[in-house]
Amino acid sequence: MRGVAIIGCAMTKFGRSDLSLMELMGESSLGALRDADLGDRPVDAVYVANMGAARLNKQTAIASALVDRLNLFPAMAEAVENGPASGASAFKNGFQAVASEMADIVLVTGGERMREVNNLEVTDFVASLSHPEAEYIYGVTLPALAGMFARLYMDRYGVTAEHLAMVAIKNQENALKNPYAHIQQEITMEGILHAPEAVVNNPLIADPLRLYDCCPVSDGAASLVLCPLEMAQQMGKQIVKVTGLGQATDTHAVHERPDPTQLTAVRLAAQKAFAMAGLTPKEIDLAELHDAFTILEIAQSEEAGFFKKGEGHLALEKGITSLSGELPINPSGGLKARGHPVGATGVAQLVELVWQLRGEAGKRQVEGAKNAFACNFGGFGNNVVATVLKRED
Amino acid sequence: MGNGNELEALLRPPATEMPQYPPKVITLASGEQMVVRQIDREEVPILLEAIAPLIWVERDFYDIVAARFFAELLAFKRYRVRDEYCLVGLIDGVLAGMVNGRMVNKDIGMSYHTLTIRRGLRVGSHLFAAKMEYYLEYLKQKEVLIVAESPIGFRRWMIEYPLQKKYEVQHELGGVPSWVLTRETYFAAKPRLVSGRRPVPPELLKKAEAIILPEEETVKAQVLGQKEVGS
Repeated sequence: MRGVAIIGCAMTKFGRSDLSLMELMGESSLGALRDADLGDRPVDAVYVANMGAARLNKQTAIASALVDRLNLFPAMAEAVENGPASGASAFKNGFQAVASEMADIVLVTGGERMREVNNLEVTDFVASLSHPEAEYIYGVTLPALAGMFARLYMDRYGVTAEHLAMVAIKNQENALKNPYAHIQQEITMEGILHAPEAVVNNPLIADPLRLYDCCPVSDGAASLVLCPLEMAQQMGKQIVKVTGLGQATDTHAVHERPDPTQLTAVRLAAQKAFAMAGLTPKEIDLAELHDAFTILEIAQSEEAGFFKKGEGHLALEKGITSLSGELPINPSGGLKARGHPVGATGVAQLVELVWQLRGEAGKRQVEGAKNAFACNFGGFGNNVVATVLKRED
Repeated sequence: MGNGNELEALLRPPATEMPQYPPKVITLASGEQMVVRQIDREEVPILLEAIAPLIWVERDFYDIVAARFFAELLAFKRYRVRDEYCLVGLIDGVLAGMVNGRMVNKDIGMSYHTLTIRRGLRVGSHLFAAKMEYYLEYLKQKEVLIVAESPIGFRRWMIEYPLQKKYEVQHELGGVPSWVLTRETYFAAKPRLVSGRRPVPPELLKKAEAIILPEEETVKAQVLGQKEVGS
């Protein structure tokens, strides 16, 4: 298996867009291809990550459509749908294509246009990833699953509403330094939890989760260009190498897990990625975790091996995961504040890691970052992809 | 017709004595303090200045809300509407949003518009709640007739309170079938939707005396929810 490098990346601003899904994906793809500066080298394959185009945007076969839009003929092309982990799954497919020598240059683009439909419909669309007979038919939504998970976590490990709010405040503060982030708003503990008005400012969505514990519904796209490590070295690029990739699955229905607070697929995917990279969690300089709900950042920070089980919230409390801490988590703002166009998220996490490793993250730059980790969480933890990237000096 | 003043008197609707809305202060999610207070007729021109650019913003029906709000405030200033009032939300004196409406009679209120300038902090929700508080707790009305001109408004008012249908009554905003907020519904919703503290500390009240307008570009950026990449 040959080494793989990321030589180009770009994303659109996340949020509410007037652009179509294809326009969004076209914009980020062109940005990544410009960044890669390929000259006359052809793109051999295109992997498109998306979860809902058929339902939300009435469009199918979007990989072929993107190739056509970008005039990348006769590149191989296919779409990858793996729920909210579609982005990292598409990236994994791209990695495999380059590593196996099936392709030299691969474009990976994730995109979603969710604001096309109203909030009720989009909540139902996301809920369609739950177990059809055991969860969905009973009206389960993702906020509901996350609410039950959070309640159990709070009871068992001493996580409080303040800890959840700390994640929200930290990630919204990080997002203020990220011009691509959906949410550009500072929030305070007083305003979202302690003031008498907090009940209106931050209403319950799914007890104990409140409005600011949940990610927004976003439109957006993100893209990466991959090539063999050797080719990147010949091009004289600042190289970001893909050193670890792991993926694992778990039961579809959350209640079938022996302990619903254990995110086994996160743990296994992370272990595989670290083993492949030859690193331990202690050697990671920053991480992008899948904080669709604030509780998930805390839980994933433990399952990925950064902190002991039940101690993620203590690390948060000590500021270890803040931008200036020992292990900044979600310097981009995470899903919570950068936004969560589901198919784009896994790719956007990696775009952030590449910017950080190349020293191009602006005001949110983690100084001296060399190894970085991402966790893209599909379903409610039933399909997880973990990635480790490294800056090659 | 004797003179211009007599004619003007004929053109003006009669006015009912309305108690003032007592100002209150609300801590927003950002930690900022928003003072909500009633405006005088003399303050209408500055609000018109804030509203005018939004008449051309199609997103989220700002155009129709702004155009109608502009006309309603102008009518208030020129004495061509009966028993209208307007409340504003001010953060450090800077206009964050405004709401208006009028009394139809001593029992029935007619809610007009809610226009948010500082978006993303539930300013609109707070101001709409203040408007309902004014109708039901200070004007002591029995019910308020309400319609929404945008899906956001529908979610905020019809679903969140929740309002009841009163379709047999055409609302003044275009003859749209009305929804109604009764005293019972209001007081049931009050604990989760109506907030704020009184009295407002004098230093905050002082800051809220004059209305400061945000820059037009800032207003448009806030309303459209856009921040330029690279900024």
